[in-house]
Amino acid sequence: MQTQTQVQDPTMAGRQPILMGRGLVKRYGKVVALDHCDFDLYPGEILAVIGDNGAGKSTLIKAVSGAVIPDEGDILLDGQKVAFRTPTEARQAGIETVYQTLAMSPALSIADNMFMGRELRKPGILGQWFRQLDRPRMERFAREKLNDLGLMTIQNINQAVETLSGGQRQGVAVARAAAFGSKVIILDEPTAALGVKESRRVLELILDVRSRGIPIILISHNMPHVFEVADRIHVHRLGKRLCVIRPQNHTMSDAVAYMTGARVPDTEFETA
Amino acid sequence: MSGTDNFEAVVKERRTEAVAEFHEDKTLIKRFQHALHSAPSLVPLIVLMVSILLFAGLVGTRFFSAATLTLILQQVQLVGIVAAAQTLVIMTAGIDLSVGAIAVLSSVVMGQFAFRYGIPVPLAVLCGLGVGTALGTINGWLVAVMKLPPFIVTLGTWQIILATNFLYSANETIRAQDIEDRAPLLQFFASTFKIGADENGRGGATFTFGVIFMILLIAVLSYALRSTAWGRHVYAVGDDPDAAQLSGVNVRGTLISVYALSGLICAFAGWALIGRIGSVSPTSGAELNIQSITAVVIGGISLFGGRGSIWGALFGALIVGVFSLGLRLLGVDPQWTFFFIGLLIIVAVAVDQWIRKVAA
Repeated sequence: MQTQTQVQDPTMAGRQPILMGRGLVKRYGKVVALDHCDFDLYPGEILAVIGDNGAGKSTLIKAVSGAVIPDEGDILLDGQKVAFRTPTEARQAGIETVYQTLAMSPALSIADNMFMGRELRKPGILGQWFRQLDRPRMERFAREKLNDLGLMTIQNINQAVETLSGGQRQGVAVARAAAFGSKVIILDEPTAALGVKESRRVLELILDVRSRGIPIILISHNMPHVFEVADRIHVHRLGKRLCVIRPQNHTMSDAVAYMTGARVPDTEFETA
Repeated sequence: MSGTDNFEAVVKERRTEAVAEFHEDKTLIKRFQHALHSAPSLVPLIVLMVSILLFAGLVGTRFFSAATLTLILQQVQLVGIVAAAQTLVIMTAGIDLSVGAIAVLSSVVMGQFAFRYGIPVPLAVLCGLGVGTALGTINGWLVAVMKLPPFIVTLGTWQIILATNFLYSANETIRAQDIEDRAPLLQFFASTFKIGADENGRGGATFTFGVIFMILLIAVLSYALRSTAWGRHVYAVGDDPDAAQLSGVNVRGTLISVYALSGLICAFAGWALIGRIGSVSPTSGAELNIQSITAVVIGGISLFGGRGSIWGALFGALIVGVFSLGLRLLGVDPQWTFFFIGLLIIVAVAVDQWIRKVAA
């Protein structure tokens, strides 16, 4: 087993990962979901995480987003050791997650959902004593963020989220993450529930968010989507990182073969 | 990029139409459905107006008088206050079967503390309010922390609180005359003022402090639910607790605060109950449970949580009040009241389901 700091992608030599996992272990009873797993995310990249069902990729993502506390191992954000106990703590550290379920309240408005759990209050007595929300400021901000991502075909920011289409909802969820995620954005199966056209729009959104310099972790089963947008692909197998590949050097069937164990990669990292 | 399906490229290149398009529904019914979706208390308000006009037509103009209409307000004040508490709980997709029991036990505590122990009346009232809040908090703790279903929790606490009420009070009523002489503060909510009465004090609009309190309470809660983060969290928790949790809402704290507040409001209802019946009676208020749930459901508040406006609960209570008084003035068998209320409940739930379909 390699020592902690040596495990690094040689092509990324000299660069500091923004988010790093070292020797992560998580057991559920007798099941080992994470088995001394390492993980690296570099600034400004889209890192796809692929793996068979039960490979432990959701556990890995939950560990870095604070939804699961690993039994062993370290998570480093910007080189600093962090230990999130809740998703809220991870969020406060700048890691935003877009869950597959989107985690939105369907009956509430777009603006309400974007600010859920971090509402803005009016200044002065109204906010301090009457706890009044600053609706105009929240709505302006939500509108701006949706505009930034080219989502302003949504006319009414006070529209209930349940009246939006699947793609629009995903767009709002990504906009929420992009608005508040200062360091890392995690997207869990963002295109799984969408049609072809809506998937396209979401992929464009993902590239758009990266162009703002925010690194993205993308979990997806959709190989064409992964190969289209990812800079590097983390292949997860049997609770740990099997290898990291670059989409331009491999075919999709290679990736699936690694993922399922049909083929064994030569090295953990490829030299580009 | 080998293996990319061809249709993907087609869509990518020739995408002319916007994906996230939003178009207005054209038909009148669809628009109405959308209006109801954004203003859920509209249905009960319309039903209330129609039923007032209906009974005004049937009974005659005396039904439309300020005296009759304010009499209805007085008759529904208790149900209205308890329905406000029930609304909060139902909005979190829960139900509180112990509201009536908490109200009665709180009123008994106020009475017994003042009369049995000679505690100053204002302090006894505070103790009653404290007991109500504490009981609500226990409900909340069992639901939020122990993760027990609200129906079962409050079914249990309902029996426990009611039994405690009888055991503690020894089934003893404090007479209205004694309260009037020695502790008039307990009947505070029965104090009235009149607007527009003639010189003999007849006719005109009569308001009790209980009615004023009910309206103020619902106005304050409506503000809190709509314009504060806490209110948004109540809706979010009722809508989808997992989503709310992941969005950073303190689900546990929100739930406990809702049940505790419900307990406090029920204790106020207990205080108003003393004003309404004059005495402190451990057997009173038994029907508040079902009446409050009825008002909430007729008020268009979804039993599945996360939807509805608290004004709907007031309108729901008033609809029941209008039907009971109207039918009584018509001289028909009072069973017809229950008959129509039953119909209204089913219609209200059907409308709720229809409004939900707006999402689809």
